[in-house]
Amino acid sequence: MSQLAEDAQSEPASAAPASDPTYDGLRLHQLTKSFGGGFTAVDALDLDVPRGSFFALLGPSGCGKTTTLRMVAGLETPTSGSITLSGQDITFAKPYRRPVNTVFQSYALFPHLDIYENVAFGLRRRRAKEVKAKVEAMLDLVELTSQARKKPAQLSGGQQQRVALARALINEPEVLLLDEPLGALDLKLRRAMQIEIKRIQTEVQQTFIHVTHDQEEAMTMADTVAVMNAGVIEQMGAPAELYENPRSTFVANFLGQSNLISGTVASRSADVTTVDMHGIQVSVPAGRSHVDGDRGWVGIRPEKVLIGEEGAELDAPGNTIPGGVISDVSFVGVSTQYLVRMPWGQELQVFSQNTGRTRMFRTGERVELSWRPEYAFLLDQAQDATAGAQRDAQ
Amino acid sequence: MRWVKERLVLILGLLVLVYTFVPIFVVVAMSFNNPGGRNVYKFGSFTMDNWKDPCAPDDLCSTLATSIQISLLATLVATVLGTLAAFALVRHDFAGRSASNLLIFLPMAAPEIVLGSSLLALFVASGFAGQLGFWTILIAHVMFCLSFVVVTVRARLAGMDDDLEQAAMDLYATPMQTFWRVTFPLVLPGILGAALLSFSLSFDDFIVTNLNSGNTTTFPMYVYGQERVGVPMQVNVVGTLMFVVSIAIVLGMELRNRRRVAA
Repeated sequence: MSQLAEDAQSEPASAAPASDPTYDGLRLHQLTKSFGGGFTAVDALDLDVPRGSFFALLGPSGCGKTTTLRMVAGLETPTSGSITLSGQDITFAKPYRRPVNTVFQSYALFPHLDIYENVAFGLRRRRAKEVKAKVEAMLDLVELTSQARKKPAQLSGGQQQRVALARALINEPEVLLLDEPLGALDLKLRRAMQIEIKRIQTEVQQTFIHVTHDQEEAMTMADTVAVMNAGVIEQMGAPAELYENPRSTFVANFLGQSNLISGTVASRSADVTTVDMHGIQVSVPAGRSHVDGDRGWVGIRPEKVLIGEEGAELDAPGNTIPGGVISDVSFVGVSTQYLVRMPWGQELQVFSQNTGRTRMFRTGERVELSWRPEYAFLLDQAQDATAGAQRDAQ
Repeated sequence: MRWVKERLVLILGLLVLVYTFVPIFVVVAMSFNNPGGRNVYKFGSFTMDNWKDPCAPDDLCSTLATSIQISLLATLVATVLGTLAAFALVRHDFAGRSASNLLIFLPMAAPEIVLGSSLLALFVASGFAGQLGFWTILIAHVMFCLSFVVVTVRARLAGMDDDLEQAAMDLYATPMQTFWRVTFPLVLPGILGAALLSFSLSFDDFIVTNLNSGNTTTFPMYVYGQERVGVPMQVNVVGTLMFVVSIAIVLGMELRNRRRVAA
């Protein structure tokens, strides 16, 4: 880590104002990567990752998240922009001169070295002292002490994953990069490793940047999630904040599922925006309204929608929409998922918890939907209502 | 009949093995032969004499020494050059790369007699007619071994995961260290295989060698020359030794691989 001070190239980055020596985290400033043929993988990205945070870069494949990670690792040279770490400009520093280590998607364990030597690789290159003690402590942390003298090919996928993690972590990098580290594992093992990695991060208190296309994984593990799409960050924040108050249709659809209903802004007050939604007035809190013009998408998560018989008293003052007809019912145990055809032809999704308080509805029944206004959000209608939705078909 | 049907693959396999190994067993048997009469190809009686003094016939051991020298040198030069060429072809994009990839196959595909005679024409035309010998043979051998080395090492390199070198660099290895700690050990089996192949190709080459040898005689040329008067039994001793050495190398490598996997 101290080597960085001497070795980091002091090459002038085009964007000088980014190097604020007082910021101790990782800062990407106007970072851009274009490939031949005019394809821009990462487009003028600005991003601050605070020291010690568990940060997730979430996005569909091809959104530029891996390219961003590789630029931080030094495996890809930015076209323009700068990368600073603890105030040091590392934009053009060689990968072996940055205090950053990577857990590769393929693990990339050295097949000719045993587990012990794989883990010791980084320490030996830097001529660190107490290699033996450190390697043993690290193998202990990932619970692989008994496998130290085996070759990577003799370990299971989950064990190889832990070796890859140990091999990177042992160098105490200022930033640990995880490139879809759990992609090759089966679902059960993936869940176990998510908890394991989270535990290790809490223990070592280092900055982790986790790249993934799995929204559930990102939300489970990270304390800050940045949703990336087409080379730019769509929205960034704590998982709950992103989920509850998405600012674009892409985020609304990519993180979970959303009903997006076309509407026209009727009036705006200091704390409420009122929207005319196919003749029905609904209100959306001003802080959840992300529209400047008149036309917007009223968004509501399926589990926030209450379903009831026509004319029934519902515990949701404000937004009530009559005239729905159930077109599909799927019972999934903890909840029942309904598709409700609305008078204007659109089918809305409703997830109803099977608490026993309401009866199950059948296909063809007429129902009324409602939701508490504070759960609704309003998005710009210029955006595609299906952006980011493909994954949810899975 | 059914018994044969069920074991057809096994029987055919054994027949192929017998077919392959009979000549080798003949060589081994002949190395203990005391023909007694004029017909050296007839097994007379058992003797250890051939083994006690394999160098007894004139020129046998001197030509053998020449051959081993040429083969070792040709192997060394071809392996080094070929490995470098393979790295260039796999790792670097340069003008004429695909053409080079194709051209490197040509010496393997061309008939040896064509290679040999065109080389001779080249040497003579360049004024080396009087200098034909050890060095011209060496040049010729390096030429045809090179293609085999490039092809073998290239296959190994192309099969290597790029992430490994990136991981090494990510773990503080300089480009030099990355090469010697990761790339080279992983490509080494390919290089060793290429070297073995080069050695045996060079050692037993006759056609190209014969055309470019001048007054120098290699072991294959010696054996061919002796064939008219009857090959000395000691040649079989050399043949048996070579067979034993190659078996030992193959077995050694196999054992090493098994230990690696089982470690």
